[in-house]
Amino acid sequence: MKTAFMTKLRSNKALKSNLITFGMVIIAYILMEILMAAGVLSNLLKGLLVPLCVYAILAVSLNLTVGILGELSLGHAGFMCVGAFSSAFFSKCMQEAIPIAGVRFTLAILIGALCAGLFGILIGIPVLRLKGDYLAIVTLAFGEIIKNLVNILYIGIDENGFHFSTKSSLELNMSENGKIIIQGAQGITGTPNDSGFTVGILLLLITLFIVLNLIHSRDGRAIMAIRDNTIAAESVGINITKYKLMAFSISAALAGVAGVLYAHNISTLTALPKNFGYNMSIMILVFVVLGGVGNIRGSIIAAVILTLLPELLRGLNDYRMLIYAVVLIAMMLFNWAPSCIRWREKMTYWLKSKKPVKNSGKEA
Amino acid sequence: MSFVKYLISGISLGSVYALIALGYTMVYGIAKMLNFAHGDVIMIGAFTTYTICSTLGMSPAVGVLAAVVLCTLLGMGIEKVAYKPLRKASSPLAVLITAIGVSYLLQNVALLIFGANTKAFASVVSFPALELAGGAISVTGETIVTILSCIAIMICLMIFIKKTKAGQAMLAVSEDKGAAQLMGINVNGTIALTFAIGSALAAIAGVLLCSAYPSLNPYTGSMPGIKAFVAAVFGGIGSIPGAFIGGILLGIIEIFAKAYISSQVADAIVFAVLIVVLLIKPTGILGRNIQEKV
Amino acid sequence: MALLEVRNLGISFGGLRAVDDFNINIEKGCLYGLIGPNGAGKTTVFNLLTGVYKPSEGIITLDGKDITGKKTIDINRAGIARTFQNIRLFKELTVAENVKVGLHNHMKYSTLEGILRLPGYRAVEKQMQERAMELLKVFDLDQEADVLASNLPYGKQRKLEIARALATKPKLLLLDEPAAGMNPNETQELMDTIRFVRENFDMTILLIEHDMRLVSGICEELTVLNFGRMLCQGKTAEVLNNPEVIKAYLGE
Repeated sequence: MKTAFMTKLRSNKALKSNLITFGMVIIAYILMEILMAAGVLSNLLKGLLVPLCVYAILAVSLNLTVGILGELSLGHAGFMCVGAFSSAFFSKCMQEAIPIAGVRFTLAILIGALCAGLFGILIGIPVLRLKGDYLAIVTLAFGEIIKNLVNILYIGIDENGFHFSTKSSLELNMSENGKIIIQGAQGITGTPNDSGFTVGILLLLITLFIVLNLIHSRDGRAIMAIRDNTIAAESVGINITKYKLMAFSISAALAGVAGVLYAHNISTLTALPKNFGYNMSIMILVFVVLGGVGNIRGSIIAAVILTLLPELLRGLNDYRMLIYAVVLIAMMLFNWAPSCIRWREKMTYWLKSKKPVKNSGKEA
Repeated sequence: MSFVKYLISGISLGSVYALIALGYTMVYGIAKMLNFAHGDVIMIGAFTTYTICSTLGMSPAVGVLAAVVLCTLLGMGIEKVAYKPLRKASSPLAVLITAIGVSYLLQNVALLIFGANTKAFASVVSFPALELAGGAISVTGETIVTILSCIAIMICLMIFIKKTKAGQAMLAVSEDKGAAQLMGINVNGTIALTFAIGSALAAIAGVLLCSAYPSLNPYTGSMPGIKAFVAAVFGGIGSIPGAFIGGILLGIIEIFAKAYISSQVADAIVFAVLIVVLLIKPTGILGRNIQEKV
Repeated sequence: MALLEVRNLGISFGGLRAVDDFNINIEKGCLYGLIGPNGAGKTTVFNLLTGVYKPSEGIITLDGKDITGKKTIDINRAGIARTFQNIRLFKELTVAENVKVGLHNHMKYSTLEGILRLPGYRAVEKQMQERAMELLKVFDLDQEADVLASNLPYGKQRKLEIARALATKPKLLLLDEPAAGMNPNETQELMDTIRFVRENFDMTILLIEHDMRLVSGICEELTVLNFGRMLCQGKTAEVLNNPEVIKAYLGE
């Protein structure tokens, strides 16, 4: 049995690569836990652990749309927003009804994922038939719309049931025992703090499991065929709409999961431009491109490095975002500019030629 | 009466969007890239004028001129350093992300120099307000100058494209870069000129925007930049008259949405209109439908 | 009853009549050629047959079933597969994966089985691997199974495209200029391959070609197209000797 697995492993590059990715995450987790237990981790870093998981999940899920399906989406934060608010709403409502945090949080995750995935389908149906840049701008538009709509939402609950309003909390007309859950621009306060580093890593591993297994399956091949040559995919009988929607909605649902993790890690959940607007969507896109479009492991690494970078540069205070921007531009040029690629190849060749030539047993 | 007032206000805001959208659409049509940093160039233009006029106390004319010159050089510089090396990159996403990096860079440079506090921008327009309909409607000087500038620039641009060699070169490069090069057109120079013109327009847009809405901080250019991008796509990306129409329409829709529905959802409504238009006509109002050859 | 029956097929693009009154009968097992000068409308006919374009007039019947105006994927399901004038491979997928995409509609397991790696996934993936390798062996591509499709030399890319089309188990195979860009040796090899496919896959083949050696070498019947209209139709030798046909190709 073991030999069969080892043979399969040696011959299966994909399996090897996936195991490395999982291993990398698990090792990072163990390392962090050890550092935390040893009291070595600063408060700053401790506070970043859950956000790192959130951004990693966002990057991996966006890569499913951008790298595997091949469509540019600039509204990923919108799905995160749906997941965050739907799950926070549920958790806050059910705080007394389901006192066991584990059960309640698991349900919250499912609800967040489901709502986000549903939005993915609803938005995907009209949007996915647009071409390239038009699709990008429409996804951006939807992301902004979702953020704006959440900001005018007022929902409260009292003994008569739920009350909705889009104007103010007074319009809810609730009785004295009424509790406001979503308060317009002030969002949701008092979401139970169910998130944690272990939970975050677990969710990241589940995300990886879903995404990597999808890619290396029949459906994943269909999705990539659509990316590589839509017309040819159609000619061999692939249902383009079905698979575009599949990739897009799974990507959205996973973004929703990231939103759930995010929402249950902060005390006040509000929809601001910087956390659910196009700025966030763009930031995640940067992670995806820098990590390698289609490279799932790269997305995680890029998300971690680019999130830690501004924090580690805190010593440089005012200049840190400037340096971040310069580093970003420099890395893009270094990795993608043909002139730089040629320079790198020359360097590699030059370095290799400096190594002593092995005596290959030539005849005397 | 207020309908007319809002309409004029919308056309004015739309003119600003049109000026920014023109830069976006020209760069997209000719260099085939989405210059995400474009919105921040308008912010730089506005800050330049602010520094020259409010801090150094010079005349508005000098301020505007300085903004145009600086932004033109800035735009050409960014193109040469950050975008040109990636022109032949394996993926168009590369230059898009770099543009995002440039956007962050411009915002943070402004943040370092001017701080995050919102400054009060002194209008560069000394045109008197116009009283229409017997005093019932008052149109500010800024509004008039903005609309007139936009129209004038549009006309100049169309003449430039149709009548000058450089303009025709731009058309050629936007159609087929390779063929244009083979015909002896200086593609690098044409693209540099495109960025120069686009950035100059951005500077003017920045100055006019802040004259009408006098608050200025490092992030002032971001949202108008996005909206102008939406306007360019709305009108048909790559089309100059499309950018103009898209910008004006967007401004009108935004002002009316703020006035008649709610200022909080005005943005959402603008974006919703865009979505509806694109679903009906996927290549924008004046966009061309290029069929992929099977 | 012929496998493919086309009556009065036509399409206009704006003011241009691209294909007009096209009629053809292809018997099962036949090796049929569609020839004509460049721009005659041959690929347009292919696009009409495969649902890329919707005809303005005409009826297309495959094995007795009306497939006029149907969508590409339904036509593929009904039994027509094609290759393209400019090779359309899935560039970032391997050779074997390209073929497996062709097997998509014939070897299935659900999305859930795939994500959760249930036994259904393992069993069908094994079948797909075996079937893909079988097909690749026919085209002598089995050694390159794990090579990225974009890294194959041109001639092999063409063969891969044919292998992928065959994976969809068609009744009728449409080849659009399969010999384009090939030298005489490669063309000879292609001719043998096409004959092999017809014999061993029980296939009916309609091909567009400019290479007259290939056309006269393997096609049994021909239709000549010029300016969207049929010029001549019949047995290969007769058609190729027809003075009108010669005039269309070589001028006065």
